[in-house]
Amino acid sequence: MRDRTILPAGARDIIRESASRFPPGRQRSAVLDALRLAQKENGGWLTVQLMDDVAEELDLPPIQVYEVATFYSMFQVRPVGRHCVAVCTNISCWLRGGEELLAHLEKRLGIGVGESTPDGRIFLKEEEECLAACTGAPMMMVDHSYHENLTLEKADRIIGKLS
Amino acid sequence: MEPVHVCMPPPGAEKPWRIESYESRGGYQAWRRVLAGELDAAEILETVKASGLRGRGGAGFPTGLKWSFMPGDFEQPTYLVCNSDESEPGTCHDRDILRYNPHALIEGMALAGFAMGATVSYNYIRGEFLGEPVPRFLDALEQAREAGLIGRGLGAAGVHFELHPFVGAGAYICGEETGLLESLEGKPGKPRFKPPFPAQSGLYGRPTTVNNTQTLACVPAIVEQGAEWFKSLGPPNSAGTMIYSVSGHVERPGNYEAPLGVSFNELLEHAGGVWKGRRLKAVIPGGSSVPVLPAEIIRECSMDYDSLSKAGSALGTGAMIVMDETTCMVSALRRIARFYYAESCGQCTPCREGTGWLYRMLTRMLEGRARISDLDLLLNVANNIEGHTICALGDAAAWPVQSFLKHFRGEFEAVIQGSDAPAEQREVAYA
Repeated sequence: MRDRTILPAGARDIIRESASRFPPGRQRSAVLDALRLAQKENGGWLTVQLMDDVAEELDLPPIQVYEVATFYSMFQVRPVGRHCVAVCTNISCWLRGGEELLAHLEKRLGIGVGESTPDGRIFLKEEEECLAACTGAPMMMVDHSYHENLTLEKADRIIGKLS
Repeated sequence: MEPVHVCMPPPGAEKPWRIESYESRGGYQAWRRVLAGELDAAEILETVKASGLRGRGGAGFPTGLKWSFMPGDFEQPTYLVCNSDESEPGTCHDRDILRYNPHALIEGMALAGFAMGATVSYNYIRGEFLGEPVPRFLDALEQAREAGLIGRGLGAAGVHFELHPFVGAGAYICGEETGLLESLEGKPGKPRFKPPFPAQSGLYGRPTTVNNTQTLACVPAIVEQGAEWFKSLGPPNSAGTMIYSVSGHVERPGNYEAPLGVSFNELLEHAGGVWKGRRLKAVIPGGSSVPVLPAEIIRECSMDYDSLSKAGSALGTGAMIVMDETTCMVSALRRIARFYYAESCGQCTPCREGTGWLYRMLTRMLEGRARISDLDLLLNVANNIEGHTICALGDAAAWPVQSFLKHFRGEFEAVIQGSDAPAEQREVAYA
């Protein structure tokens, strides 16, 4: 038995509201929303405890939550830095310098993709697949903001502002 | 090239995402006629059928025909689902519909749902769109609700139409319609066997139709201005307009809406031509999944279903990826192959194993560890994936390999043989 839950009460209300958009008994549909919220509350990644809380809240077997958390690329199940930086290197960005941009940021931050800076500031997401901003290549997503038509200098400025 | 705006707002429209702007352009008139009881479902269905509208998500299936598969007399709920999980590499126009013309989508969904007798709908929006497109869509939905256009017992006719947002969490495979339905049910987005098709058994086992964002955003204009008008915009079999996402080596990448059938050369010129004064080498005309075409073939094409299909490729999502003479086709293919490897959901062996095999073989070629005979093996692996998987991701992984080898085999041989000539000279040396 788990001795405490850590999802805040407000989060529980939001999860219930999300579940109300689906027919009775179909609250499993709210699992993506619930995990997204739990991850946000926890600074960008999911603990087993949080996933168990979500399972309890939605009345699901925990495995149904784990399998979703590990299938989708926007969920992290190990500690990561506060800011998620995702550089697109798919074909349209690749043609306009996406790989060079990623290599530059790796060098600047001293970490490879999939790693976080030791100060916990930045998580450089696994090389990113197409983010649907192909006409603004090269681009990166920082947390949920898109930055398009990047140069190395522009990217440096954006990264420099992250606290 | 004459830009025509069906799905996108006219340039210069002020805050085109607001309901006031949309209504000042004639928006919601068709839906208001429905709510007043002046327009019935059969008429909408017939109009969309007659318009020749085809799905803009990639497959090009006739939309009206798809709608007609929904059983009219089925007890509620039946569902309409909009696929805004835009993730085909090179494609970024649905994001702009969500950002700049969300009411066209909402009205399109309402008309589509009503035509099919579906009273509940979901718009599945990709998770990465949380920053800007999702809030825009949510604001628009709220406005439509406040205006009495979405909800229960609407208008004199007492129409029910509910629309809920749904935000994904990052998985290309959820753009496949049955993978999307699985995801909407809160599961990993692994595509289902068909049959049964969604119109028989879709979301929660109920009759469901999944349509793409751009497809649905066309619907209000079609209902308002008529099937003949829409048909007349494009050549036979390619009615209407397309938002072409032009990316890669052009001077002015962008989303350009134009009638289907516009010539490739005109569209390229509209995007400023090949950048840096370089020569055109190749184009992927419909998102990374469709076959690549070399310059001399695409130069003769018009951007519509029939012309590109005759040329051995496809219109797909209308995402035109342009590559100049300096592009190494082996490296380009490896990058594309990595995508399908990363995004394979893993449930079918040919795709799960084959996509990784393709990627590793292409890596070997670039690292000087391959033999010429590996090219036949590469093709063999691709051929063994194609047609042997539950969904089309397997085909989409195979087609780039087959087409790159068909048109640029000489360059692959040069790379394997260790040529250090720059890419633009390889064709000359090995053609």
